[in-house]
Amino acid sequence: MAQPSTFNKAVRIGLITGVVALSVSAIGMVETFDVRDIITGVLTLGQLLLFSTALIAGYFSWQKGEGVSPAGAVLRGLVAGLLTAVPPILLVIVANLWPDIRNSFVNVSASLIDILTFDQGMVTGSLILLAVMGVLGIIGAAFDLLPGRVQKPLLYGFLAMLGIGLLSEILLLILRPYTPRALLNFLFGAKGITPITAVIIFIVAAGFSAWWDVQGKNAAERRRVNRSPSTAKQLRRLNIGLLIAFILILPLIMGTYLTEVADIVGTFILMGLGLNIVVGFAGLLDLGYVAFFAIGAYVMGLLTTQSDLGIGGISFWAALPFSVLAATLAGIILGVPVLRMRGDYLAIVTLGFGEIIRVLVVSDLLKPYIGGAQGILQIGKPEVLGFVFVQPEHYYYLILAGCLLAVFVSWRFRDARLGRRWMALREDEDVAEAMGIRLVSTKLMAFATGAAFSGLAGAIFASRLSSIFPHSFNLLISINVLSLIIVGGLGSLPGVVVGALVLVGLPEMLREFAEYRLLLYGALLIVTMLLRPEGLWPSPVRRRELHEADLERESDEAEEVHSMA
Amino acid sequence: MSQRFKEIDFIGVFLWVFRAVIIVLVVYGTVAKLFLGVGNTYTAETWLDFFVSGLSQGSLYALIALGYTMVYGILFMINFAHGEFFMSGAITSTVLVATFLSASGFLDAQPIVSLLMITAVAIITSISVALLTERIAYRPLRRAPRLVPLITAIGASFFWQYFFRGLFGSALIPFPVPEVLQGRWTIFGLEFLRTRLVVMVTTVFALVFLYLFIQRTKTGKAIRAVAEDKDVAALMGINVDRTISITFAIGAAMAGIAGVLWGLVFRQVHFYMGFVPGIKAFTAAVFGGIGSIPGAALGGLLLGVIEAVGPPLFLEGLGIAGAHQLKDVIAFTMLVLVLIFRPQGLIGEKLAEKKA
Repeated sequence: MAQPSTFNKAVRIGLITGVVALSVSAIGMVETFDVRDIITGVLTLGQLLLFSTALIAGYFSWQKGEGVSPAGAVLRGLVAGLLTAVPPILLVIVANLWPDIRNSFVNVSASLIDILTFDQGMVTGSLILLAVMGVLGIIGAAFDLLPGRVQKPLLYGFLAMLGIGLLSEILLLILRPYTPRALLNFLFGAKGITPITAVIIFIVAAGFSAWWDVQGKNAAERRRVNRSPSTAKQLRRLNIGLLIAFILILPLIMGTYLTEVADIVGTFILMGLGLNIVVGFAGLLDLGYVAFFAIGAYVMGLLTTQSDLGIGGISFWAALPFSVLAATLAGIILGVPVLRMRGDYLAIVTLGFGEIIRVLVVSDLLKPYIGGAQGILQIGKPEVLGFVFVQPEHYYYLILAGCLLAVFVSWRFRDARLGRRWMALREDEDVAEAMGIRLVSTKLMAFATGAAFSGLAGAIFASRLSSIFPHSFNLLISINVLSLIIVGGLGSLPGVVVGALVLVGLPEMLREFAEYRLLLYGALLIVTMLLRPEGLWPSPVRRRELHEADLERESDEAEEVHSMA
Repeated sequence: MSQRFKEIDFIGVFLWVFRAVIIVLVVYGTVAKLFLGVGNTYTAETWLDFFVSGLSQGSLYALIALGYTMVYGILFMINFAHGEFFMSGAITSTVLVATFLSASGFLDAQPIVSLLMITAVAIITSISVALLTERIAYRPLRRAPRLVPLITAIGASFFWQYFFRGLFGSALIPFPVPEVLQGRWTIFGLEFLRTRLVVMVTTVFALVFLYLFIQRTKTGKAIRAVAEDKDVAALMGINVDRTISITFAIGAAMAGIAGVLWGLVFRQVHFYMGFVPGIKAFTAAVFGGIGSIPGAALGGLLLGVIEAVGPPLFLEGLGIAGAHQLKDVIAFTMLVLVLIFRPQGLIGEKLAEKKA
């Protein structure tokens, strides 16, 4: 790599990011995201998306160790940035010459073109876009020229600014009751944060990051090392206590809307914990997981509803065990036929099961019993000593209790013999069997436990919404749950929570994501598998394993080279 | 030891009962329908219609199944995104070519040229999507554990679905059918829907072409060699990565053709249209014996026919209301049954147990 003279790499990167910029524009992401201001009047989420392509192009246009001079690096960044702007500009020109393009590409609208050209018309706008992308390319390329201790604070400051700007609407919602109006008007614009706030956040975050690197980290490390084991333990307990207290009072802070979001996230956490046992612990890829959710919901619905479909008409608490039991049984029954299948076949068959259940639920065959497409209405609410659960806040605690139970069970199972058996199964079925693990009961236990949590989630879901319809139980739920446990980290309990917060909570709060949710999930699944297969918050075992595999592969390859020589 | 035997027994018995119940239901339903007169009565012509529509539907499944079977044969992975290759070709060629040809009247004036143009665009799109997917989502993970590429495949599938939704919208897009192909043709005194005949004839041509390509050309030989053993093939001077890409491209080309034919038969395309046909085509591939090209063709045709004839035959015979709604259930149940009782498929070797 000693000859850096050519610009091939910068050109290639620039073209790739250019196509990405064109794509995100043409599929409507830029326009849809443009409604969300990050910094009022300065930057919207749509622009951030568009501009980040040029930044990335610049950053990857050259690499350290290629012997590129600083000037050469900046030049490469400029080339990559300018090239990134070319495909969007072509789109602008085509859309101007031929406005009918909208009939084919539904999202290439006038307002998209306005965003791309900064409302300045075709020629001026295109030139501005070109200039902006070029400058961003330079910035991206120059970033890598900076020493590490400058890079990190800059990056964190920037990310903090963007993150807070993105969530400004939510923050405003939380802060409004407690904060004087004048201060809020100063900090927040109509949408997003004001430029001054942005600068303040940037300085604070960057400053903290710089201080932490220079001093804070060492001090904290020293304190940690000097701490006696008993104090450390106490401190850990205190932390956990604080965390639990925080979770408990959360609905009081958040208000009704955010609590409802929390309820949805909680339902997904509950399902995620269940699927985590099946996929994360036992390594059985189940794509029909929504079936158990549906079964739990429908059993709850049928047993407690006041409408004509109801059977029994019993209370929520009496119906809950039946819901969970029905889902568990379904897990076992569906588990038996697939016992002898491996990995990918299992995935497709469980997907088939999920579809069978969905088709059956909407069919005329079962309509007299479970309501067909009209679903079930008037589902019972839980009641404790005369107190009826109605508000999202009430359900928050119910779901929280469910999640805690699921966490406890997962955690205890994981470290018990059963958990060891699951993991042995995940690693290698044949070896596990040879070691004397009974595949049948081990697999069925995984299916049953996973299904039970899903059934519980379904039962609470049905009661919370008080009406259920078959279309709520589609494959996308399974994919949703699968994505969140994979992105969070397979086999990791905190990973499920992190995954659910990021993949379910964020899109629920930022509504403009709705349309592109699955597109982003798909992309995230691929990116996670390529770059960080252990997930955002991996389980320690899993991380070790993955690294071990890397090491082994490396040593294998080294051996191969040796033997060839 | 005795504990173990008991368990196997229990599972064995369960599966045996499961099989018996399905067979009894199917036989009883058929008998009830044909001899006891349960449900509607159909004339012989209607039955023939069911059969022919099943055959043409099955031809489409067969064309899509080829992609699954070839990729599985070579990489031992289920290319979950294959249904999206099919969708991408169909939707892109409809929006960007067919709609304009139809509006300008060229479609009716020159139906053959038009359809060839539409198909060409569909094939190019499908191949591009397939190659991109392979390059980004599959190739870097070739040595990863088996579940990893499957997960990226699922990701790719949803990515492409919503990518094309963003590009062309979520509405149903009408596929213009040339006038020549509307209505029926009479052959040997029997009437056939023209589009269905076109589908079957095209499929036969595509299958023969593919078979010759795999068996007679050098590239075909390379594909077979890589499927046999990647490492040895590489030692023989075969560019494995390129061969795998070619395999994806061929499968995608077949899916692209299937996409246009699908548009002709159903007269509309949609961003979600690839999903269910994809799973069913996979069922067909497994049914015929995954990894085997004639198997995919056979499996597709059989699946199509069973799906078309099954609901009016044994489901109605069982007295089930709205039997045609349960078409998909038949396909998925078949998938489960095949995987349980004959994972190697009808004419496949025992690939299911051969571990990659």
